[in-house]
Amino acid sequence: MAHSPQMRTLDLGEPGGWSSPDPAGGLLWRFQATKVAVRILLAVVTSLFMLFVVTFIGRSQFSDWQSLTGPLGPLGNTSALWVNTAFLVLASISIQVARMASRKHLRSTVAAATVIAGMMAAAFIVGQAILWGRLAEFGFTVSVNPAISFFYLLTGLHAIHIAGGLIAWMRSMERVWQRQAMPVVNAGLELCAIYWHYLLFVWLVLFALLTSKPETYAAIAALCGLR
Amino acid sequence: MAYAELAETEELHEPKSFITKYIWSQDHKVIAIQYSLTAIFVGLIALVLSGLMRMQIGFPGSLEFMDASTYYQAMTMHGMIMVIYLLTALFLGGFGNYLIPLMVGARDMVFPYVNMLSYWFYLVSVIVLIASFFAPGGPTGAGWTLYPPQAITQGTPGADWGIVLMLVSLAIFIVAATMGGLNYVTTVLQARTHGMTLFRMPLAVWGIFVATILALLAFPALFVSAVMMLFDRLLGTSFFIPAIISLGQPLDHQGGSPILFQHLFWFFGHPEVYIVALPAFGLVSDLISTHARKNIFGYRMMVWAIIAIGVLSFIVWAHHMYVSGMNPYFGFFFATTTLIIAVPTALKVYNWVLTLWRGSIHLTVPMLFALAFILTFLVGGLTGLFLGNVIIDVPLSDTYFVVAHFHMVMGVAPILVVFGSIYHWYPKITGRMLNERLGQVHFWITFLGTYAVYFPMHYLGFLGMPRRYYAYENFEFIPQSAHDLNAFITVAALIVGVSQILFLFNLFWSLKHGRKSGGNPWHANSLEWQTPETPPKHGNWGYKLPVVHRWAYDYSVPGIEQDYLPQTVSEEELIRLRESEGGQKSTDQEMTGNADSEGGE
Ligand code: HEM
Ligand SMILES: [Cu+2]
Repeated sequence: MAHSPQMRTLDLGEPGGWSSPDPAGGLLWRFQATKVAVRILLAVVTSLFMLFVVTFIGRSQFSDWQSLTGPLGPLGNTSALWVNTAFLVLASISIQVARMASRKHLRSTVAAATVIAGMMAAAFIVGQAILWGRLAEFGFTVSVNPAISFFYLLTGLHAIHIAGGLIAWMRSMERVWQRQAMPVVNAGLELCAIYWHYLLFVWLVLFALLTSKPETYAAIAALCGLR
Repeated sequence: MAYAELAETEELHEPKSFITKYIWSQDHKVIAIQYSLTAIFVGLIALVLSGLMRMQIGFPGSLEFMDASTYYQAMTMHGMIMVIYLLTALFLGGFGNYLIPLMVGARDMVFPYVNMLSYWFYLVSVIVLIASFFAPGGPTGAGWTLYPPQAITQGTPGADWGIVLMLVSLAIFIVAATMGGLNYVTTVLQARTHGMTLFRMPLAVWGIFVATILALLAFPALFVSAVMMLFDRLLGTSFFIPAIISLGQPLDHQGGSPILFQHLFWFFGHPEVYIVALPAFGLVSDLISTHARKNIFGYRMMVWAIIAIGVLSFIVWAHHMYVSGMNPYFGFFFATTTLIIAVPTALKVYNWVLTLWRGSIHLTVPMLFALAFILTFLVGGLTGLFLGNVIIDVPLSDTYFVVAHFHMVMGVAPILVVFGSIYHWYPKITGRMLNERLGQVHFWITFLGTYAVYFPMHYLGFLGMPRRYYAYENFEFIPQSAHDLNAFITVAALIVGVSQILFLFNLFWSLKHGRKSGGNPWHANSLEWQTPETPPKHGNWGYKLPVVHRWAYDYSVPGIEQDYLPQTVSEEELIRLRESEGGQKSTDQEMTGNADSEGGE
């Protein structure tokens, strides 16, 4: 009765972790596992932001909604957001450069690109903070209207995720600094890059969402049966 | 040597390593025990709260300090603790942590450090939660559903601090659950040992695995609603709060939507039911198969049913909102999905029964609890079919029928599995058996007692007795007999509550005095019973990882005297076993753990 169904097994180094007879295999295994974990984490982050987006759309259909981008709205002028977006795009490009250079063992390129990536991501957060300060100065504080509340909430949460990405970046930076073996540096950068690109994508979605017209919300809401 | 004895000697000789070994531990087994003990501790608080509530309902006015506010606070904390801080934490953080690495043949979770953090975050969330008992105004009394606007407006107990602490605690819990969940899922996907294919994993792992995925995807909804409600409460935003006149004064809020919160809450809340139920399904499948000495009926079907239930559980949430004034087409849609989810669920029940069919049923304590689970889940599931239909739910909504339904299906049923599983795996965790007599007494009181508590409640619901009421005097439609019934229910509930002392006593007493169990007292097949040491040492498997050759359910295989084939038995060994048939018994069959009756048929 040994009709146990057969399935493919992944045999990546030593399953189960430590005490691998072959250290390189163990390292590869750990890297693969972490990559899987990062992907799962992204699914969780997706769920989180998706729910916020749906909630945003739902809330936007109530009569007291005031668009952020109206002529007198806080985001009537989106140039600051575009500047910050540019920072984030540059951060993603730099980390990608570092990632590719690390595959080719170009140590100095890796170092330079990693440093720039971190600076760009930090610049994004600072830029967002300046924007929050300016908005508050003009009287657009968090409780003024629901769209603004969402603006602070969503950009704030996104910035926290970027800050988390910077922690991962710091670990990569440490490895670059200590001149650790290139495959090790590469493994860290690969994971970092996946997360960063993803956060750029989330940002673009949020940016589009926050600056869309009420008619767009209405259309999406109608599509999702929220109206 | 028992776990605690080990701990003692360690402390004597090397206090520093005691701390890293048993406090700041990164070993999944220790973390599992930390999770479990913490969960049982808060669970006891919730149990005491339920006793206090029952005193008020059965014998109104008998408790001096019990007023309406206190009742609501007890009710809210009881519900939230039971669902989140006891059951979720125990099934995922406790059983998940202990069993996943052992059952898939890993040395530990993939990220032990993150795993440790997960426990400590959980502990912090518990401390924040308990702190709300001591906060000015006490804990929140908003009901475990925390519906706005009342949750954060004056007049509801704990609207100042209690609710804030509750929301913060939930947010921390979600972070903890996410860190744990990443580990469980990654470990199942990436750390299975040689030969352990996905479809050779015990159903316990499948249940916990899919439940963890649900948790990872559903908890964000609770997180979103908690954060937004915190904004409304602390920063004066109007996500959920409409224009409102409270205590004669208009509030600053306007335009918010309480229904939005309900959708978010139940988008989490319904999967939460399955976050608790799926691990219970998985664990109980293994109990039934092992103690009936039969392979699980329809293994693949069971796996697919778990997956189907997991997927479907995300599109049934609004059946909790039939009376919220939603579009009737919505109600129709959600009633349909709700009835569809009953199909895979019923399949599982049939398969358990078919597994038992002509099995060699050993009425061990774990088996008693498993059988009681099937019955209880059936009762709760059937009333669920009633409530899933809009027209039946509308009159029954917010009555004691609902209280009876959800306690049966997600209160009592999972708790029975928890008990059964503890009786089953305790020997692996400690090296000793729990006392069987005490276990039987504990079982019968708990099983019959909970039926005495919840069966009559269905009837009270039909009478129209509303739930979440502090007092039922002077309602014409509630006859004297219902009050007498309430007194009876209270007595039964108190007996059940107090009898849990037997269980706790057994846990501690058996640590020192329980019968030595050996490594595999139930003659079970799954990997955790094949460890070189019992309790398993750090790293679980000694020098080499186990190699898996078969699924976990080869019980009573024809042509072989030994009625079980561990997953590690290879085809060659099987042939040898066949040849030596009728020869001498295998050695560990002699250290029979609990076989009051011998072997298969
Ligand atoms: C001996 C065991 C238990 C007793 C006597 C008990 C008793 C009660 C009582 C009296 C209420 C309040 C009903 C009302 O006023 O509407 C209640 C509510 C509740 N209980 Fe239990 N309970 C027990 C175990 C459990 C367990 C194991 C769970 C786990 C799921 C649970 C979950 C809940 C929930 C979610 C609520 C709803 C709270 C609310 O309305 O906000 N209970 N229980
Ligand atoms: Cu539900």
